[in-house]
Amino acid sequence: MAIEKNQEIVEAKIVKFKVFRFSSEESDEPSFKIYEIPVKKGMTVLDGLIHIKENLDSTLNFRYSCRMGVCGSCGMFINGLPALGCHTQISHLNSDIVEVKPLPNYYVIRDIVPDFNSLFQKHKSVKPFIIREHIEELGNPTSEYFQTEEEKELISQFTYCIKCGVCSSACPTLATDSEFLGPQAISQAYRYSADTRDEGFLERIKILDSSHGCWRCHFASSCSQVCPKGVDPAFASQLIKREILLMRFGLKKKRKGAPITTLTKEVKRLEEIPEPPKRTLR
Amino acid sequence: MENLLKNKQYNNKLGIIGWFYAGKYHIERYAYILHRITGFGLILYLLFHIFVTGERAKGEQAWKNIMDFLNQPLFKFLEYLVLVAFLYHAINGFRLILTELAIFLGKPASPKYPYVTSINRQRILFFILMILAAILIIFSSLEFFKLI
Ligand code: SF4
Ligand code: SF4
Ligand code: FES
Repeated sequence: MAIEKNQEIVEAKIVKFKVFRFSSEESDEPSFKIYEIPVKKGMTVLDGLIHIKENLDSTLNFRYSCRMGVCGSCGMFINGLPALGCHTQISHLNSDIVEVKPLPNYYVIRDIVPDFNSLFQKHKSVKPFIIREHIEELGNPTSEYFQTEEEKELISQFTYCIKCGVCSSACPTLATDSEFLGPQAISQAYRYSADTRDEGFLERIKILDSSHGCWRCHFASSCSQVCPKGVDPAFASQLIKREILLMRFGLKKKRKGAPITTLTKEVKRLEEIPEPPKRTLR
Repeated sequence: MENLLKNKQYNNKLGIIGWFYAGKYHIERYAYILHRITGFGLILYLLFHIFVTGERAKGEQAWKNIMDFLNQPLFKFLEYLVLVAFLYHAINGFRLILTELAIFLGKPASPKYPYVTSINRQRILFFILMILAAILIIFSSLEFFKLI
């Protein structure tokens, strides 16, 4: 099949998409449907699904938003590994048949749309925000908290998490223990606890150091293999285990949260930097 | 409400298959599976071992009987499996103790594509220890079957 594009004709290869279909209104059991798609260079699995939806079968459901690996909506199980649909080029799969299934270890709402309720609940449960003892300053900040470039580097990679849930679908512990926090939540707990501006380590420990917490991770490290953003959640999980052990043995250095930088009132804004927009939150 | 919704959803939990099927995941996932299987085998052995040695309490004859019973090629082979399982489990376990204390995993750093993760950084340790395990298993096998 040939596709016309900017007057030049690009030869397209036909690839079979074997897509998982499930709709509780039709049947309790899922099924597979096969579609044939002309694939051009650079086409991603998500592009393939969009092609199906637009040209072959408008009843297909999948979730996406950014199409560029930023929003974390399009996690799916592609040819045996969980990945972002928009981050996986069809040609890189080196296969004439592309099998697309929903992410394992979640409930499926419809077709390849997983229910991320559990993911977000767990993420929320580890308090993924800066906690300070001085509540007043936190609520009504007078300035920024101080952080050096080196201190930022300690947590930088874990801040790249886009909550796509791909890691948790690879985790063998989550395959049998749905209560397990999972690599996503554990890595975010570490990301905030290791932040020099944070003082909430002890609060998060209550959730992490429990029977469904970080000790259930056995470093199978599949999570880090599949994370599309290089977050390395397995690493964060081991780092937090070390921190907890150090604390248990009284070896963890106590530290105060980072100080506040110079009061903004005394600092003059440079002329070329525009004013920030008005606060919309109160 | 939550339950009502869940009834209409398909449970895509892998269950026990998630433990034993590693598919396209990398070698450490296979090591994890072997670690589980050998660990389970060692627990079974421990129970059996307690039962067997417990026979001693019943007097000399009972002990002789069970010893004679165990003196079969099958039990000899199972004993050999225990040896192999022990060596693998101990050495891989040593790696896990180190890595779970975040030793050999490197330092956190901003991710740069193509991503290098802590698994890549500990892989050298993994291979060295697996070679060590293989050497120990070969030598103890020779010793076990009285070949040296
Ligand atoms: S850690 Fe990686 S795989 Fe897991 S949710 Fe975050 S970005 Fe996705
Ligand atoms: S390293 Fe831990 S959290 Fe990550 S997949 Fe393995 S068991 Fe799950
Ligand atoms: S569509 Fe946003 S991450 Fe794939």
